[in-house]
Parts: sequence; structure tokens; C-alpha cells
Amino acid sequence: MGSAQRIVMDARDVERAVRRMAHEIVERNRGAEGLAVVGIRTRGVPLARRIADFIEELERKKIPLGLLDITLYRDDIFDRPQPEVRETDIPFDVTDKRLVIVDDVLYTGRSVRAAIDALMDFGRPRSILLAVLVDRGHRELPIRPDFVGKNIPTARSEKVKVRLRETDGCEDQVVIMEGGL
Amino acid sequence: MDAAAARRGRSLIDVDQLTPAEVHWLLDTARSFEEVSRRAVKKVPALRGRTVVNLFFEPSTRTRISFELAAKRLSADVVNFAAAASSVVKGEALKDTVLTLQAMGVDALVVRHPCSGAPGVIDGWTDAAVINAGDGMHAHPTQALLDCYALIRRIGCLQDKRIAIVGDIMHSRVARSCIKAFTMLGAEVVLVAPPTLMPAGLPPETRFSYVLEDVLEDCDVFYLLRLQTERQEEGLIPSLREYAAAYQMDARRLGRARPHALVMHPGPINRGVEISAEVADGPRAVMLDQVTSGLAVRMAVLFMALGGKEGGDAESG
Repeated sequence: MGSAQRIVMDARDVERAVRRMAHEIVERNRGAEGLAVVGIRTRGVPLARRIADFIEELERKKIPLGLLDITLYRDDIFDRPQPEVRETDIPFDVTDKRLVIVDDVLYTGRSVRAAIDALMDFGRPRSILLAVLVDRGHRELPIRPDFVGKNIPTARSEKVKVRLRETDGCEDQVVIMEGGL
Repeated sequence: MDAAAARRGRSLIDVDQLTPAEVHWLLDTARSFEEVSRRAVKKVPALRGRTVVNLFFEPSTRTRISFELAAKRLSADVVNFAAAASSVVKGEALKDTVLTLQAMGVDALVVRHPCSGAPGVIDGWTDAAVINAGDGMHAHPTQALLDCYALIRRIGCLQDKRIAIVGDIMHSRVARSCIKAFTMLGAEVVLVAPPTLMPAGLPPETRFSYVLEDVLEDCDVFYLLRLQTERQEEGLIPSLREYAAAYQMDARRLGRARPHALVMHPGPINRGVEISAEVADGPRAVMLDQVTSGLAVRMAVLFMALGGKEGGDAESG
């Protein structure tokens, strides 16, 4: 059992980080034209929804929102226990869209690789960008984020846990737990 | 983990080896898989590198094609092996076929066989996962699961629903698996057949009737079975016309049923025998939903057989 856990972002930090990322996305894209946001299940989904809401507030334009379950695209699918496959819902045509993939924690990069592959099966987006709330390092693939809420250097033995009010029923927070499980 | 040391696949011989939780897991997974067939690229890489053999000792179009498409949409390699049907299990010959396939590194065998029990026997010979695609008069688990799926999509939940299974229950593997699956999900099953086609040795609590009219007004679903024309030659029914007069679901009978009552059939249907053309083409027939459901449910069954590994834990990246 992990004993020590330390809070590295509280609810206000998360709020500010997500809001800033929304601004940066609009800035990079020079507006909301052609933008669509796709959240990776589980916690990328509420984050994507918040980012889409902030962009809509800023640009007064509806931003298409998609949900992606990447289970079937994982490279370790045969090494995991019977996985739960949840619904993927991309309710818009991705072709020629400027997609922003949203996830809570960027670690090895393998989830993002899977997400990119999954999105390519829906069509040919104009571009794909990556927004993550936390980048904890230790990449195993040549993947880098375009928008980061917070860079948090970690040891591999540590575990980064993002809790969100939509999925965890508590105040938003990011904690680091020692010693794996 | 070494790919060659991949876990033994998980077989599916009949519905009753699944727990209700596993049935729900399969149906939920099927719901997620349904979306794959609506994509630009109708394929996910979940079973990439796995090999599935369709081993059919009995003719079948829809089940075989449904399994083949399901495996292909999960990126598995598929081989179709249509063996000539034999009236007896040629013990060694069948065993040799299976061992040969195993030696070639096959991961799953989808087996249809005219002899009851053949897939279960094959399962004992091989490490590959064996999926029963219909064996004799014994079981047809994927049909029962897809029927549950199609029904749940229409009416939400099977709890406390009353489902009449009508027709040649004695010779029907579909009926045997459906009784188990429907009951497991909380439905009450009523069997309706002429005495010659009602199986002997039913559990004492089983509700049954020889007269369709007796259950018409209190069922939510009428599940009609295909009547093989041979039954007439075998003397089990006087004639197809007489059978139809007593047991056909037609507009007049459906008109007496509950207004929301649905009609199902595993196909292929005999228009004018167990079902009238008018009912078969009407809005209360669920047959096309059943076919559509088959693909998603068989994807889920293949995924259960070959995807993931039992036990252990993994951290996401």
C-alpha cells in the first residue's frame, strides 16, 4: 500500500491550468475554426469537455467534442486482464479537422500513440495536437505534448493520480503517491 | 510476456458456463463494438496477430459470415474450413483435423457440428479457444446472446418479461441456449409446441403449453423457431398446413397479443409456416435487429476468448 501522498495541484490550480490551455489552443489555432476536442477515457473526457466549454466561451462558437476508448488499440492488450471496452463516440467527421487530444497524465506516450491510431480510423484529420493536464516524463515513444497544465518530474516508482469532480465525486486534485500501489 | 506463452484462450460451449455478470460484460462490450461498424475504417486492432478458424461441419451462411466479419473487424486472421457433414463423429478423423490446426498455431476454433457435444469434445483436445457455433440439438450460445442483446436494445431489460418460445423445441439448440440465457437475465420462459415436438424431461417448474392461444395475451415476446420440413416426413406433425393453422404467428394472433409484444426468429424463416409474411415484414418483427446484433455480440465473444489475460494488473501509460 502507498503511504505518503502529496497534493501537487488543487482545484484552483487545475481550473487555471485548464483555462490557460484553452487560451493557448485558441492562440495556436488563431481562433476556433476547424477545431474539435477529443478526450481519452476516462479522465480525458471531462477535461476535454471543460476545454471545449472554455473555448466556446472565448470564441462564441460550438466546439465538437468526441470521446475515445483506446482499449482496443493498446499495445499491451494481451498482457492485461480482460479489459473493459467502453464506447467511443466521435459524433463529427474528423476529416480536415484540427483535433486536440486531451488526457489527464502523459507518461510513456503509449496511450497517445493508441489514440492517434484510433482517430486515424475515423478519417484524415488536418492535424492532431496533444493537451495534457500533467506531464510526468518517462516517455517511451517519440511523443511530446503541445499544451501542458503542469510539468511534474516523477520517479517511475511513483504514481500520479488525477481526481476530477465529474469522475471521482470529489474536488479536483492531482496527487503523487509513493511506491507504486 | 512472451507472445508464444500467451494465455490459453477461453472457450464458450454454452451459456450456462457464464455467470450473469459475464453475460452482462459481453452485452456491454458488444454495445461498444457496435460503433466500430459505423466507422470509416471498420476495424480495430484488438486481435491483431491472432488466428481464428471457422470449422463448419454443417452448412451455414449467416452464422459463418457473421463470425468471419466479427473476427476481421477485430483484425484477426480468419480461415474458413468447411468440412463435409458426416452423420457420425469420425472420432480420430475429427481429432486429427483439430490437432493439425493446433499445430499450425491457431488461437480460436469456431465450431459448428451436427453432433451434440462435438465442440465440447474438441475443447478437450486443444489449447485453442473453442467457440460453439451450434452443435446438433445441444446449444447455440452466440445465438442466445445476440437474441438477448437485440431484445435488451428494444425493451431495455429482460427482468420479469415473459418470453414464449414457439415451435420445434425438441430439436432446437437455439431454444436450449435461449431458455438458459433468458432465464439468467430474469425473464420467464414459456414453451409452446405440439406434444410431439415438446422435449421430454423438462424441469418441473417449466411453464409450457400445447396451445399458442393460451399464452397469446400474456407474453412480451414470441420467439418462433424454424420448422424443418423433415418433421412432416418423420410423422411428428400431420402437415405444414396444419402446423401453421395451430402455431403460425400471423396478424390475427399478433393482434390479440399485448400491443408492445415483439416477434423474434433465429432465421432463416419459413414464410407462411411458423410466421406469416405480413408479421415477418411488420414493425414488431426483430429479425433484422437480431442479425445486426450478431456481429457485435460475436465480436465480444471473440474478444472474451482471445483478448486480455486472466488475473494480474497493469498500469496505463
